[in-house]
Amino acid sequence: MSTIPRVERNSPAAVVAIPEFCNAAGPGVSLLDEARDLVAHEHLLRSLVLRDLTVRYKRSVLGVLWTMLNPLLTMLVLTLVFSAFFRFAIKHFEVYFLSEYLPWIFFSQTTVSSMASMAWNGPLMKRVRIPKSIFAVATTVSGIANLAISCIPLAIIMLIKGAPFSSAVVFLPLSFLILGAFTLGVSLTLSSLSVYFADIKETYQVAVVGLMYLTPIFYPMSIVPQKYLWFVRLNPLVHLLQIVRDPIYYGRLPTSLDVMISSIWAFAALISGWLVFRKLSAGFYAQL
Amino acid sequence: MKAIEFDGVTVRFPTTRIPFVKEWMVRKLRGTATADTFAALSDVSLDIERGECLGLIGFNGAGKSTLLRVAAGVINPSAGRAVVRGAVAPLIELGTGFDHELSGRENIFFNGALLGRSQRTMNARADEIIEFSGLGQFIDLPLRTYSTGMVARLAFSIATAVDAAVILLDEILAVGDATFRERCEERIRSFRERGCTILLVAHDLASIEKLCDRVVLLEEGRIVALGKPADVIRAYGERSGAPELRHDRSLSLGIPD
Repeated sequence: MSTIPRVERNSPAAVVAIPEFCNAAGPGVSLLDEARDLVAHEHLLRSLVLRDLTVRYKRSVLGVLWTMLNPLLTMLVLTLVFSAFFRFAIKHFEVYFLSEYLPWIFFSQTTVSSMASMAWNGPLMKRVRIPKSIFAVATTVSGIANLAISCIPLAIIMLIKGAPFSSAVVFLPLSFLILGAFTLGVSLTLSSLSVYFADIKETYQVAVVGLMYLTPIFYPMSIVPQKYLWFVRLNPLVHLLQIVRDPIYYGRLPTSLDVMISSIWAFAALISGWLVFRKLSAGFYAQL
Repeated sequence: MKAIEFDGVTVRFPTTRIPFVKEWMVRKLRGTATADTFAALSDVSLDIERGECLGLIGFNGAGKSTLLRVAAGVINPSAGRAVVRGAVAPLIELGTGFDHELSGRENIFFNGALLGRSQRTMNARADEIIEFSGLGQFIDLPLRTYSTGMVARLAFSIATAVDAAVILLDEILAVGDATFRERCEERIRSFRERGCTILLVAHDLASIEKLCDRVVLLEEGRIVALGKPADVIRAYGERSGAPELRHDRSLSLGIPD
C-alpha cells in the first residue's frame, strides 16, 4: 500500500496535489509510506496519546496525581520490605530501586498494553485506513509521558531522603529516547503477533515477571555470581535501565559502552519489530 | 479521468485459524501451517470515472463490502491493485471509530482525526455537522446515551462534512428514519453535483436506481453484470428467483437522466 501525492497536469487546478492511493498486493507497506502516513495522522496520534493519559485516571478521584502517588506508595512498601528483610547495604535504597523500577514499569506496561491496544482498536482498523503502527507508537509515547511525570515524585523522594542531584540528569531525555525506541520495537513485534495468536499476551505477561527478576533492579549486580555474569549481561534491559540509573542515582553520565550496547539493542528491536509488523500487518484484517 | 481503478483485484481470506503459537509450531513442523483460503473477490477489474455514482448489488457474501473495503484501503488485496485518486470518506458500518464514553461533540473531533483531518478543519466544520445531524442538545451527551439511529446520523454527518473526492457508502441508507434518509439522498445528490465519486452498496434497489449512473452485480466475488441501473437490477431479480426481488417498474421513481 502506498500513498503518492501526485500533481495532475491536465486538470485546471494543476497546482493542487491530488492524493493518490494505491492499494496493491505485495510484500507489505514500505517504511517511508508508513512514516508519511503517521505524519498525516499526527492529529489522531495526539488524540490517542491524550486519551491514554486521561482515560487511565478519569474514574479515579485523584486523577493524574495517581501517577505521582504510585511511586511514593511503592517506595513506602519497599522501604518496609527491603529494610526489614534484605540488606544490600545500598545507600538511599529507595532512589537506587526506583531509578530502575520506574523505567522498568514503563517497558513492561507499554509492551503489555500495546497488545491490548491492538485488540481494542481492531474494529477501527477494519473500517478506516489508518497506519496500523499508530497504536504501538501512541502507547509508547504515552508511556514515556507517564515515565516523565513519575520523575517528579522521584525527585521529591530524593529531596526527602537527602540524595544528591547531579547535572548528569540532562542525559535522561536521551536515555528515555533509547529506551523508548527499544520498547517501540518490542511492542511492534508483540502486538503484531498477538493479533494472530491469542496466547502471546498471557505467555508474555508471565515471561516479563521472570525478566524482571533477571534484571538487577532491586539487587545490585555485585551479588550475581561471577560465572553467570555474562548471561545476565545478555539481557538488554540491564544496559537500557543502567543508562537511566547512572544519571539519577550515581550522578554520573552513563558509560559509553552502556550507551552503545543500549543503542544497538534499540536499533535491533526497531528493525525486527518493523519487519514482523510489515510481514503480518496485511493480514490483520482477516485476523481481527 | 478515473477516480477508482480496480485492476484484477483478488482477495483471499483464511478459512482456518491457528490461534496458538504452540499449535502453529506443531503444524509448521508437520508442514501444515498454511491456512486454507477462500476467495472473497476473484479478479475484479472495474474503472469508475470521476463524478460517477456506482452502485454495488448482489446477495449476501457476494463481495460487495469487500470491494468497498479494498477501495477504502483497509483490506490489502492478495493479487491485483486498486488505485484511488482523491481524499476518501469511508462510510462503512456507521458508528465505528466512535468512543462511546466521549460526547457527540468530542467524537466529531476524534472521528475527524481518524479520517486524517486536523483540529482546525474540524473546528470549522463542527457547527455544520451538528446542524445536519439534527442532534441538538444531545451533542454534548456521551454517545452511549444515543440510539442507533442517532449514532448513524452523527456518523453520516461527520463523514460527509469532511472534504472528500471519493465517498464509499455501505448500507447507510438502511438506518435512520425516513426524514433522515431523504436528507441522505439529498446530500448524495449534492455530492454528485460537486463532482464527487460515489461507490454505494445497498440492498434498497429503489435508492440504487434513483442515485446511480451504473450498477455492478457481484456474485461469488465476480462481476456478473455491469451497466444501466434498470438492466442490472432486472438481471439481479432474475438471478434471485425470488419474486419480491424481481425488478418492478414501480420501484423506479423516474429520476431524469
